[in-house]
Amino acid sequence: MDPRLAVIDRRLEDIARIIAVSGGKGGVGKSVTASVMALLLSKLGYRTGLLDLDFCGPSVHTILGAKPTLPEEDRGVVPPEVHGIRFMSIVHYAGENPSPIRGVDISNATIELLAITRWGSLDFLVVDMPPGIGDATLDAIRLMKKAEFLLVTTGSKVSLAVVRRLLSMLVELKVRIIGTLENMRMKDLPSAREEMEALGVPFLGEIEFDRGLEGSIGDVEKLLRTRFAEGLEKVLGKVLSSA
Amino acid sequence: MHELALAEGIVATALKEAERAGLKVTEICVRMGELQQIDEELFKSVLRDIIKVEDERVREAEVVFLKEEAVLRCRVCGHEWTFGESMGNLSEEDVELIHFVPEMAHIYIGCPECGSPDFEITKGRGIWIEYIKGERWTPGSP
Repeated sequence: MDPRLAVIDRRLEDIARIIAVSGGKGGVGKSVTASVMALLLSKLGYRTGLLDLDFCGPSVHTILGAKPTLPEEDRGVVPPEVHGIRFMSIVHYAGENPSPIRGVDISNATIELLAITRWGSLDFLVVDMPPGIGDATLDAIRLMKKAEFLLVTTGSKVSLAVVRRLLSMLVELKVRIIGTLENMRMKDLPSAREEMEALGVPFLGEIEFDRGLEGSIGDVEKLLRTRFAEGLEKVLGKVLSSA
Repeated sequence: MHELALAEGIVATALKEAERAGLKVTEICVRMGELQQIDEELFKSVLRDIIKVEDERVREAEVVFLKEEAVLRCRVCGHEWTFGESMGNLSEEDVELIHFVPEMAHIYIGCPECGSPDFEITKGRGIWIEYIKGERWTPGSP
């Protein structure tokens, strides 16, 4: 028997809401969305945690300009605080080394982190999900029972096709879906709104492609002044009222 | 103290099993895999301490500890070796990082034959409950 599974619920019991930022496709802006959402929530005064579950390509620390820091031990491990956010990531243990780990090991590492991390009391835990609908998504659903999914897509047919598959799986598994968000919106291309609404889930809004975003990566003050952050703030209003 | 978090898992699992099966736990057998490099004495002492103050269905349980050598098998060339063989190439810091998340072994260890980080941890990853023994229990019974 795996003794770690029985304590995960205890570790998460003082967290009011867990928002898993997913979407299936890589490169649609899940990590930036999760990072900026955590920053905005923290700025609004919510006690916020941020968990980077993308073990093979962790990037939240780069977006936040945070250096990997070995978490302090206290009856488990305590996530280091970064810009007012309790931040946990595999980079605290892997540093900037590549982490060549496969499915079963990814699952084991996820269980380990969830079993030993003491988040304390939080209003929100934002989870940056890796691309794909395999191990990490299934583990998030299995291990974080109160997780609600926010799906990020672009207007691209490729991204929409993947997000449709993910949605279909989440619906089948009766997972709570907050809604979908179209990122990198191009005015001259069709919106994802119609297609997403047709799938029966709330469409949270569109964020226009922001050329200024790249220049603000690693600098949270700049990040919070981007048009991307401005757009996400509007979406956040809907997330907060969806409780 | 990371060991406490793992010990809590053992007690929580034992209690869950006791509740599920209507038992009072008499014995818990814990296997300690070498890869996680648990501080054995600390872990045993912490586990015994928290068991004493747990629910009455668990607090009198005896704990039996087993140690398991960690064995790794390369997925590329098939070579099998023990963690002990790789220990000499690891710094104290590497061992500490593997202690927290044993899968970090893939970063700090390579197959001694072909160098690949693509290996399987076939035995001795970390803490595991081998078995839980119990006796029938009704609330209020000694």
